[in-house]
Amino acid sequence: MPNLKGIFQSKQKSVTVKAGTVRGDTPEGLWTKCEKCGGMLYKKELIENQGLCSDCGFHFRLSASERILVTLDDNSFVEYDEELITVDPLNFPGYDVKVEAARKTTKLEEAIITGIGSIEGFPALVGFMDFSFIGASMGSVVGEKITRLLERAARQRMPVIIFCASGGARMQEGMFSLMQMAKTAAACGRLSSTRTLYISVLTNPTTAGVFASFGSLGDIIIAEPGALIGFTGQRVIEETIKQKLPPGFQTAEFALEHGLIDMIVDRRNMRKTLRSLLSLHGGRRRNTG
Amino acid sequence: MINTPLEFERPLFELEKRIEDLREFSLKKGIDLSDEIAVLEKKSDALRKDIFGNLTPWQRVMIARHPKRPTTLEYIRLIFDEFIELHGDRSFRDDKAIIGGIADLGGHPVTVIGTQKGRDTKENIARSFGMPHPEGYRKALRLMKQAEKFKRPIISFVDVVGAYPGVEAEERGQGVAIAHNIAEMSKLSTTVIVVITGEGGSGGALAIGVGDKLIMLENAYFSVISPEGCAAILWKDGSRAQEATEMLKLTASDLKAKGLIDEILPEPQGAAHKDSDAMAKIIRESIIKGIDELSGIPTRRLIERRYARLRRIGEFSVRELPPGDLPMAASGNEDAKARADAFDLEGGTDGN
Repeated sequence: MPNLKGIFQSKQKSVTVKAGTVRGDTPEGLWTKCEKCGGMLYKKELIENQGLCSDCGFHFRLSASERILVTLDDNSFVEYDEELITVDPLNFPGYDVKVEAARKTTKLEEAIITGIGSIEGFPALVGFMDFSFIGASMGSVVGEKITRLLERAARQRMPVIIFCASGGARMQEGMFSLMQMAKTAAACGRLSSTRTLYISVLTNPTTAGVFASFGSLGDIIIAEPGALIGFTGQRVIEETIKQKLPPGFQTAEFALEHGLIDMIVDRRNMRKTLRSLLSLHGGRRRNTG
Repeated sequence: MINTPLEFERPLFELEKRIEDLREFSLKKGIDLSDEIAVLEKKSDALRKDIFGNLTPWQRVMIARHPKRPTTLEYIRLIFDEFIELHGDRSFRDDKAIIGGIADLGGHPVTVIGTQKGRDTKENIARSFGMPHPEGYRKALRLMKQAEKFKRPIISFVDVVGAYPGVEAEERGQGVAIAHNIAEMSKLSTTVIVVITGEGGSGGALAIGVGDKLIMLENAYFSVISPEGCAAILWKDGSRAQEATEMLKLTASDLKAKGLIDEILPEPQGAAHKDSDAMAKIIRESIIKGIDELSGIPTRRLIERRYARLRRIGEFSVRELPPGDLPMAASGNEDAKARADAFDLEGGTDGN
């Protein structure tokens, strides 16, 4: 077994999250309203509470860096492939401006952060999608980073966990975007042949091209409570069938009932669950120093 | 053969009708009008070349969606010497939006799958307008695994606006079915040839569209989203689909230029539905050529090759990171990063 020790010895805080960055869901100010129960929440408390409503347990969306903080051991994360930069392959009108604006507001280069980290001492390769970056749509960079992560997992026989969130394909990259589904799914197929564990965690929302590729190809598929999970957009379905959709349609609970996922895990239990799964698949705990 | 004209080919239709009328008139009255007819025919040929030689992407989409465009079953009848249709996904039902079976191609057995649109309203309802449910994709996968078992090449015909959008389709895992098909197709140990004959509608097309050779008919399109859907997102106005079509770069020639498909097949008289026999012949030749090219490749290399073809797709640039200016997470963590890379190298020899 290779020596991983060094990775976990950094004294540096690996991710700096500024106060009040439960992004997209919280307007400016100290207080925010729960989408589900309408209760007023003190923002600072919400952040300390892993983005959960203290009254009803509603799971607020997390940014990638917040997700890293609540999921991984402190100081354990090291990022990979951060140098990949999005280009505009079709000269699609307005795309460059859109990407630039997303970079500015999210402080991210793209809709996913990938790397290596540990959960209660168990090392894993990890990917975190960030919905606030153009709906975490999958363009060439997202597809490439995921593929590299899966290939690395196959090479190292190292378990991989991807926290999915996406509105689907990055339309502005045309067929380059659609083919990222094929690229990532093919990488999942290869990883599977090496008998390496892949866990996909579907967070709110995981839809369309991401759900119909690596999102659905985990050996174990976990969802967060209430997450929107599905292939076709609800408006399109409504227009086709000309009727209102049943309540709870395309939620994590719906997906569980219909056998599409393995389990729903509350964010408060996510680390524990992932730790157990890593352990049950032969993961060896590292001394976190 | 007279077909329903599309808006842009109306002048051509009018001219063809005049020629037809003149012929009838000359026959009835016994007057020789062959000179006049010849002049008009020359004119109509020139007009056809002009119209079909300069089609806009939107006009191609219109042709790809033409109600008279030959369907998969029609092509199968014309291309293969024998076809035995097989049914069902073995777990839920037989989805008629996907057809499949075993066929004889010049004495060689092949497996054929494809999406199937209907010819009239009744058939379209039975086939859900050619939009597969998850069980359709699972039927296709079952037949592809069967082909793999018996070492038959697979020919997949794609003409689909998209996977079926419905409550039951979601309940039965539309996304899951598509994901599994793509992953499995990427590692099938037999030759896969994909022919996009009309519409290549997003994930619903990709679910039977991963192969060793991607062939497109001249007026077929393959797109990440329908032009209407794209327009609805960009401008909240689906009627601006024509503009969106230009932006999506979805035509066969656009995709060939970007290296995303392998071959474009010309359509006789500018549109496949004008001469389906001739079109089928062109497709048949291309399929045979494709199988010949690929059949010599050992299975392991074939799978490697297919993976490599998918692996290289994507356009991005790589930024040089100045030392000490690593973005967010790695900041101040160079040491750990270096170790991680060292681990990467070690790890490569670790697994077995």
